[in-house]
Amino acid sequence: MDATVSTHWSRNRPQPTALARFFDNKAVLVIICLLPAVGLLTVFLTYPLGLGIWLAFTDQTIGRRGVYVGLENFEFLFTDPIFWNAVFYSVFYTGVATIGKFALGLWLALLLNEHMPFKSFIRAIILLPWIVPTVLSAIAFWWMYDPQFSIISYIFVDVLGWRSENINFLGSEWPARWSLIFANIWRGIPFVAISLLAGLQTISPSLYEAALLDGATPWQRFRHITFPLILPILAIVMTFSIIFTFTDFQLVYAITRGGPVNSTHLLATLAFQRGIPGGQLGEGAAIAVTMVPFLVFATLFSYFALARRKWQQGEGND
Amino acid sequence: MSATSAPEAMQWDSRARRVVVLWVPLGCFLFILLFPFYWMTVTAFKPDAELYDFAQHNPFWITSPTLAHIRKLLFETSYPSWLWTTMMVAVGSTFLSLLASTLAAYAIQRLRFRGSQYVGLAIYLAYLVPPSILFIPLATMVVQLGLFDSPFALILVYPTFLVPFCTWLLIGYFKSIPYELEECALIDGASRIQILTQITLPLAVPGLISAGIFSFTLSWNEFIYALAFIQSSENKTVPVAILTELVTGDVYQWGALMAGSLLGSLPVAIFYSFFVDYYVSSLTGAVKE
Repeated sequence: MDATVSTHWSRNRPQPTALARFFDNKAVLVIICLLPAVGLLTVFLTYPLGLGIWLAFTDQTIGRRGVYVGLENFEFLFTDPIFWNAVFYSVFYTGVATIGKFALGLWLALLLNEHMPFKSFIRAIILLPWIVPTVLSAIAFWWMYDPQFSIISYIFVDVLGWRSENINFLGSEWPARWSLIFANIWRGIPFVAISLLAGLQTISPSLYEAALLDGATPWQRFRHITFPLILPILAIVMTFSIIFTFTDFQLVYAITRGGPVNSTHLLATLAFQRGIPGGQLGEGAAIAVTMVPFLVFATLFSYFALARRKWQQGEGND
Repeated sequence: MSATSAPEAMQWDSRARRVVVLWVPLGCFLFILLFPFYWMTVTAFKPDAELYDFAQHNPFWITSPTLAHIRKLLFETSYPSWLWTTMMVAVGSTFLSLLASTLAAYAIQRLRFRGSQYVGLAIYLAYLVPPSILFIPLATMVVQLGLFDSPFALILVYPTFLVPFCTWLLIGYFKSIPYELEECALIDGASRIQILTQITLPLAVPGLISAGIFSFTLSWNEFIYALAFIQSSENKTVPVAILTELVTGDVYQWGALMAGSLLGSLPVAIFYSFFVDYYVSSLTGAVKE
C-alpha cells in the first residue's frame, strides 16, 4: 500500500501543452470568457440603441433608406395631440400603477411574513400572475372586460344588484384607462410582494423585540424599523418597476391597442403603431427616443440608490 | 376563575383579530390574483351555449364541460407548430444566454481583472434598456441580416435581456462559493479551465438552474420582438399567434381564445411548479445581490 503511494509521489507532474498554457493565461481567458456576452450585447443592444437615435433623425420608412432630416420628426410630434396624449397616459399609467403596486405589494409582503400554515404553497401560487405570459393573462382580462359578457358586470348587476346596466369597461376613455391600470397592478403585485418579502426576512427579530420592550406601537415599529430597513430593496425594485411600467407594451397592445380613439396609447404602443404597421420607422424611432431621458433619470436614481449600499462587486470599494 | 378567563378572552380576541388582520386580506389577495386563471379555465371548457347565456347557466360553473375549444385549437389551427416554435426559441436563447453569462460572470467574479467592476456595471445597465426602445432599430437590423420572419432572429435577440439578468444572478452565486476551493485546486496544479469545469460549475448548479428556468420563462413570455420580427403564421410564437391569428373579425371566439391562453400558460406553469424554490430564490437573489 505504502509502496504504491510513494511511486505515485515520485512521478513527474505532466507538463501542460502549449495550448493548455495559452488557455491558462489570464488575459486570454478573460477575453474568451467575456467575448460571447459582450459581443452579443454590443451587436444587439448597444448598436441598436445608437441606430435608434440615428433613425429618429431620419425619414426612413419600411423598404426605403432614410435621409437625415434633423429635428423634423420631433417638430411634427410636438404638434401632434395623439403624441401628447400618449405622454400624458404613460406618466399617469406609471404613476398610478406604481403607487398601487407598491402599496398593495408591501401590504401583501407584510401578510406573507406572518407565520401561517401552507406558507410556501401560498407564496408559490401568488407568483402565478407574474409567471404566466402577460399577453395571455391580458387576454383573460380582455374577456373579463367584455362589454356584454363581462363576469365583473355580472357580479355587480345580477348578483349584487348595485348597477342596472353592464359596465362598459373599454368603450370610453377613462374607464379604459383605469381598466388597464388595474390589470397592470394585478400583474405587478406578486413581483413587488415577493421581492419585498425577501427584504423583510433579512430584518433581525431582535429589533422588534427591543421595540416591543420600549413600548412601540405597531405603526411605530413599521415606521422606524421595517420601512427604513427595506428601503434599499424598495428603491431597486421601484426603479425596475417604474422603468418597465413606463415602457410597457404588451398589456395595452393586447387589451385595447391604444383605443378607444387613441386614448390609451402608451409611448411604446404608439411607437409600434407608427413604426411597424404604419411603416414610418423614423417617426416610430423618434417616439421611442423620447422615452430615453426618462429612463436615464430612473437609471441614475437607481444607481445612486445602489451606490449607497455596497452593490455587487463593491466588497472592497464603495 | 377570573384569573384564567382573562387570558382566554385575550387569546380569543387575538384570534379574531388575526382573522380580520391576516386571513381576510390574504383571502382577498388570493381571490383577486387567482380569479383570472379560474375564469380562463372555466371558459376554456365551456360549450358556447353556456358561455353566452348567463341567465340560464351559472357563469361560475360548467354544467356540461366540453373539449370542443381545445380540439378546434389543436386540429383546426397551427397551434402545435406555434408551441413548437416557442419551445425551440425559448430553449435556444436560454442555452445561448446561459453559456455567455456563465463565462462572463466567472470572468467578472473570479478572474478579477482590472476594471471588472465596470464591466459588471455596464452589464447591469444593459438590463435597464427596455425592449420597447430597441425593437424599431432591431427590426431594421433583422431585415438587413436576412433574418426577418425567422425564429433565429428571436434566438439571437432574446439574450439582450437574458444575459444581463443571468450574469447578475450568477455573479451573486459565484460569490457564495468559497474562493479557497479554487486556491486548493490551483495549488494541486489544475488549470483555470479545469477549475471552472470541475470545481466551480458543479458547485454552481443551483444557480445555473435558477438562471436557466428564468431565461426559459422570460423568453416564453416575450412579446414585442416576436410581434415585430415574425410575419408568417407558422413561425409565430404562442403569445403573438393567439393575439394575431385567433382574434378574427368582430366576433371573438372567447372559448378558443381562453383555451389557447390556458394551453400557452400551462408549460410555464408546470415548469414553475417543479422549480418553485429556484424561482423564488432567484427572484429574491437577483434583487438582494
